[in-house]
Amino acid sequence: MSQTDPDLKRRAGRRVGEGLIAGLLFTCGLVSVLTTIGIVVVLVTESAGFFRQVPLVDFLTGTQWSPLYTDQQFGILPLLNGTLMIAVGAMVLALPIGLTSAIYLSEYASKRVRGIVKPLLEILAGIPTVVYGYFALVFITPVLRAVFPGAGVYNAASGAIVVGIMIIPMVASLSEDALSAVPRSLREAAYGLGATKFEVSTRVAVPAALSGIAASFILAVSRAIGETMAVTLAAGATPRMTLNFLESIQTMTAYIVQVSLGETPHGSLEYKTIFAVGLVLFLITLAMNLLSNRITTRFREAYE
Amino acid sequence: MSIPTTTLLRTSALALVVAAGAFAAACGGDADGDAVASGELSGTVLLDGSSTVFPIAEAMSEEFGIANPQVRVPVGLSGTGGGFKKFCAGETDISNASRPVKDSELETCRANGIEPLEFRIAWDGLTVVKNPANDWATCMTVEELRRIWQPGSTITRWSQVREEWPDEEIVLYGPDTDSGTFDYFTEAINGEGGASRDDYTASADDNVLVVGVAGDAGALGYFGFAYYEENTDRLGDIAIGGGNGCVAPSRETIEDGTYAPLSRPMFIYTKDQALRKPEVAAFIRFWIENSPALVPEVGYVPVADSVYADDLQRLEELTAGGAPAMEDAAVE
Amino acid sequence: MSLQDERFEPRLARRRRNGKIFQAVCLSSIAFSIAMLIILLFDVAKDGAAWFSFDFITSFPSRIPDRAGVKPAILGSLWVMMLVAAISFPFGVGAAIYLEEYAPKGRVRRLIQTNIANLAGVPSIVYGILGLAIFVRFFGFGRSILAGAATLALLVLPVVIIAAQEAIRAVPSSLREAAYGVGATRWQVVRHHVLPVAMPGILTGMILSLSRAIGETAPVILVGALAFVAFTPTGPMDLFTVLPIQIFNWTARPQAEFHGLAAAGIIVLLIVLLMMNATAILLRNYYQSRRGG
Repeated sequence: MSQTDPDLKRRAGRRVGEGLIAGLLFTCGLVSVLTTIGIVVVLVTESAGFFRQVPLVDFLTGTQWSPLYTDQQFGILPLLNGTLMIAVGAMVLALPIGLTSAIYLSEYASKRVRGIVKPLLEILAGIPTVVYGYFALVFITPVLRAVFPGAGVYNAASGAIVVGIMIIPMVASLSEDALSAVPRSLREAAYGLGATKFEVSTRVAVPAALSGIAASFILAVSRAIGETMAVTLAAGATPRMTLNFLESIQTMTAYIVQVSLGETPHGSLEYKTIFAVGLVLFLITLAMNLLSNRITTRFREAYE
Repeated sequence: MSIPTTTLLRTSALALVVAAGAFAAACGGDADGDAVASGELSGTVLLDGSSTVFPIAEAMSEEFGIANPQVRVPVGLSGTGGGFKKFCAGETDISNASRPVKDSELETCRANGIEPLEFRIAWDGLTVVKNPANDWATCMTVEELRRIWQPGSTITRWSQVREEWPDEEIVLYGPDTDSGTFDYFTEAINGEGGASRDDYTASADDNVLVVGVAGDAGALGYFGFAYYEENTDRLGDIAIGGGNGCVAPSRETIEDGTYAPLSRPMFIYTKDQALRKPEVAAFIRFWIENSPALVPEVGYVPVADSVYADDLQRLEELTAGGAPAMEDAAVE
Repeated sequence: MSLQDERFEPRLARRRRNGKIFQAVCLSSIAFSIAMLIILLFDVAKDGAAWFSFDFITSFPSRIPDRAGVKPAILGSLWVMMLVAAISFPFGVGAAIYLEEYAPKGRVRRLIQTNIANLAGVPSIVYGILGLAIFVRFFGFGRSILAGAATLALLVLPVVIIAAQEAIRAVPSSLREAAYGVGATRWQVVRHHVLPVAMPGILTGMILSLSRAIGETAPVILVGALAFVAFTPTGPMDLFTVLPIQIFNWTARPQAEFHGLAAAGIIVLLIVLLMMNATAILLRNYYQSRRGG
């Protein structure tokens, strides 16, 4: 047996083992794909059963949501309305605050300030949503009712404010990443022309980072739409078409929680509403995430 | 270079896992192995159903668990209807109900080979509650309540109920459709179980309703007496003007039946298959025996002692008959 | 020069003033966020301090506030976390290794990559729905710790994968090339050279994703939660409750004592989170200094 034979044998043996390992690892990679497939399959097949009994048009255009009553109505618009109210309210709070925080951190702050503020924002981001729900019920709602005596115990504003606070760190850190990616040369050119820091920030840096900032906004809205616990605890359980933030509403996510707390049994039409509403929720957030990706990739191209 | 690092990481990870496991084992189980040998009860008794009965079930579960640490008695909150659905599907041992089982539910159960065995365990006076700031609605008739709660009702202000009442907005809170309280109220007030307007804040969690009514000056809601009793500092009750004049809910009026039509019995249902488990039989026995003490503590009204005695006797007969090859055939 | 005088006014004073105003606005935004954080923590501490005690940590929940505690919730959370780690670690690291070391740079890799990024943005309640349909019903795990842990593992998997990928990417290619140069197979390179160096980063990512999972409520409600659980779990198929659910249950009750209990539960949760994050940061700093030095 020459010198090479044992080597070759060993390597061949390893090659089989190698193949096995590569296969195993590929399977791990597949798990994520399987998860997505699983989500889609589960949502679609159960919703299909739902839509066989409830016409899609009624579902998408109906303004009454009362699936659990004798007079069953399956119009999802009230739930969509509630979700949008929370999302819009949250963004009204989080966008300006998040963006200006990001600008400050990126353009004005000293290293020391950044070193203190960034971890604090990370803490804010890491607090579990149920804690925000508690905070909304125990602090925000009483304050709100002191200022607006007409506000209900459960109201949309409380939920929106607290969700807004929750996503400020997200807007801030993503926007700050976008701002840091802007080359210094751009800023320095502007300084060279005599611009003040304010002008450089708002007229050079932000426009240059705009797509990244926009992407961060969209991701934050997506997060606000998917938020569950804070709105379940604070915003109420009344699906209705209203624009009054002082009233109680119900979001899609809160509805899903409500139905599962009193768990309706497998197979009933009420049970299937979980999947129909979940499907709508999934599609909306998916669309927003894809949109945000699209904007980011375009941003990268524009820069090269 | 990095080899000592990996060893360090591995050992610390291992240590962490071991520590966590030890902690879990130490605190997690009063070791279940020896308990059975020592003759103590062990196992799980699964309860689910009415949120009205829940406070009693919770109290029973807690006290029984203290007396018998090896037995787990988790209690779910699916509502009377939801509880029955699970019970008839064989998923629970005991179903809590704030109304008697419906015929349709009986059919479903029997189709699955389950015969619900009924035990009456307490009285509830379904209470119509208002905010303490509401000083005008002290007594209402069934007719007025029906006008507010019937399907398709357009009443949104108190002045629409009675002209002399203020023009406050009525904010409605009530149980959701899986609730026995909902079934009972709609039957007693609207004349048909399940018939109700649907534009109110519905929740299976009566605590949500308490918070809601306590927070809105014009609020109106209904739920079990225990939830009112527990929160008299933040809620007001409305006397019902039934056939006996204005009667407010209280221990006495519920017990002697003058609080009508909203006095109602509450039940637990179990099945033969569950009773074969000694822990289930023991738990129900514990429940019946401790009802006179615990039921008032929770805020409800115990049924007459004779009813409990009958319940107990029935239980003994059922368990004697059901126990496999142990005792002689059933006593009758 | 005259043109300049006519058309170009420096207006420096006004511009500087605007700048100062803007700076103040930005600063107040940051101050707002920090103020909210402080108020939140202070509120929780104030409400919960009276109820936070050793008895609280070692007692079962009760209808009587003075007796109530979080023992089953803490143990339930611990059980779930251990299982989540056990499930998501191999799959997450495996997927990361595959994507970084094995996958050919092409469509498949990009597809999986985009897929993971999208999964990270799916609302947690949708994972709960998935878990309910697949683990509770289809696989028949019932409302057990295993079902809850599997659901949460799927939820944090994208985070684990992304963190592991970054850690693996940070390993200098010179290390790999040296190993290949002496004839090592791909797996040998990964196992003996890449992974040990990347492990601190991977572990940090793991701890951070666990700290996300421990605070999740919605998926666990869909998969498991019972209203009253007064026992501690002894196995993965047991019924269970976790800290966030206990907090949720108490918060929903109207009595002020239960709000105090909820706040005490939040204190426990935040302490656990603090410990986890501190460990992660310490790990990261330690290995950064070792590598840099």
